[in-house]
Amino acid sequence: MTLQIMEGSIAVAETVRLCRPQVISAYPITPQTHIVEGLASIVADGRLDAEYICVDSEFSALSCCIGASAAGSRVYSATTSQGLALMGEVVFNAAGMRLPIVMSIANRAIGAPLSIWNDQQDSIMMRDSGWLQFYAEDNQEAVDLHILAYKICEDHDILLPAFVCFDGFILSHVFEPVDIPSSDEVDKFLGPFAPYQRLDVKDPISFGMYATPEYYLEFRYEHDLAVYRAADAVSRYGKAFGEMFGRDYAALVEGYKLEDADVAIVAMGSICGTTKDAIDEMRAEGKRVGLLKIRCFRPFPSTDIAKALAHVNTIAVLDKNVSLGAKGAVAIEVKEACYGSCIPVYDYILGLGGRDVCKQDIKKIVELAEKGTGDMFYGLREELL
Amino acid sequence: MKELRIHGRGGQGSVTAAELIATAAFAGGSYAQAFPAFGVERRGAPVQAFVRFSNEKIRLRSQIYEPDYIIVQDSTLIHSVNVFSGMSGEGIAIINTERKKNYDLPAGAKLIVIDATQIALEEIGLPITNTALMGAFAAASEEITLEALKGAIEERFPGKLAETNFAAAKRAYSMVAEGAV
Repeated sequence: MTLQIMEGSIAVAETVRLCRPQVISAYPITPQTHIVEGLASIVADGRLDAEYICVDSEFSALSCCIGASAAGSRVYSATTSQGLALMGEVVFNAAGMRLPIVMSIANRAIGAPLSIWNDQQDSIMMRDSGWLQFYAEDNQEAVDLHILAYKICEDHDILLPAFVCFDGFILSHVFEPVDIPSSDEVDKFLGPFAPYQRLDVKDPISFGMYATPEYYLEFRYEHDLAVYRAADAVSRYGKAFGEMFGRDYAALVEGYKLEDADVAIVAMGSICGTTKDAIDEMRAEGKRVGLLKIRCFRPFPSTDIAKALAHVNTIAVLDKNVSLGAKGAVAIEVKEACYGSCIPVYDYILGLGGRDVCKQDIKKIVELAEKGTGDMFYGLREELL
Repeated sequence: MKELRIHGRGGQGSVTAAELIATAAFAGGSYAQAFPAFGVERRGAPVQAFVRFSNEKIRLRSQIYEPDYIIVQDSTLIHSVNVFSGMSGEGIAIINTERKKNYDLPAGAKLIVIDATQIALEEIGLPITNTALMGAFAAASEEITLEALKGAIEERFPGKLAETNFAAAKRAYSMVAEGAV
């Protein structure tokens, strides 16, 4: 392992290079990241032999990816926030056509009001699209999950696209040490893309054709099964990744000081780092608090979550998103996972639109959960209401 | 863990300074993390950038509210931004100004006032103060060495630009190291 210090977006761009996509299509509007800018330089400098397609919108960007993937290429794109919203229709199409596209989402808020800052509303908005969704705690995970995502997505038993989500700004714009694996190792792990089927003029097939009511339900059922099947592929390839690169991703959820915890915090993404530091401080004060980090949100690892949380007294879910009129998406699903256990699950919607979350906030949330106060927006500025 | 907060104006290279300081710290064997305050970046508007230094992997992702060190690239910011906010009495503040004033520093904190603009004009030919202030920071904090800073500057800037920027850093470093400021 050789650590180098670099910006998160550049680390992702360098990693995507190692995955050897043959087609990259992206639309570099604000909000974007330095990922596609980095890849444009990498391709222009001849460090990656790929077709870099400049398009007129995110809608076109992912449409190009669909065409290229259906034609048998390994493809890549990146977007965030409004860009993902504009892609919406194509996001569902890519998944329904079962194309193993990998796309980075540098998570950001959705307007209105206009915000360029971080939360996870964008990828959460697409939770029902049939893409796999992975969330990185730090830039090392962001790097590793891209490589792993291609491996999982291209498995002929899976054939699904994946979002690799890493928090916009908080990770994408942070300079920190990462280990970028060697090109040889990534080649060995991934191998060239072997499409299950592809567009070929000599042997014509159709992708995304009409499904009348006699067929549509079965398509959705098969798609659903594939997303569930991906859980096993994550474990299998996550373990293989660990054997090759020394960082194991077999677990879809990961506990931190959870074994003897009374209170469990459940979270996704970079907030897990701050939470771990807060937990260490609370532990030093004698509080038995632990974290369950959800790294894979789709498929949702309900059974793993229920098992990991079975022994705790209280569950506090940190949601950087909200399903308005309901609750945070993570809490809704954690509650479903824990149904029947009688453990109270409290939801805390926080950090929306880039509101900073500090260790102190995590400690306050644990106190609220212990008192049975939850299912709330945390950190509201009362004077503005 | 130690923390640095850099105050500047958009266009003064505060984010670059944070990244180069982190690069130099990392080269010296520390774990480092650098990031900007995610504001609406406009030329001339107040901006902040942050650096954390540690012997262990840094997991914390919040902004920096209780810095051990601050760098102020433009002393006129002091009128509108509480640059000393959260500093302890053991902190070090490095301020770029030609005229030292009475600043509202916490008791016991160390103040280093340096005319980085003049150094930059003489060494680089432009009023770009970040590299001189990095040199001052290296000498005052000892979080990074001058040699590591040289490497970071050379990695970022091409040929002549690296040379003149390092000359500015080195001059400020020497002034602080020799107690001439």
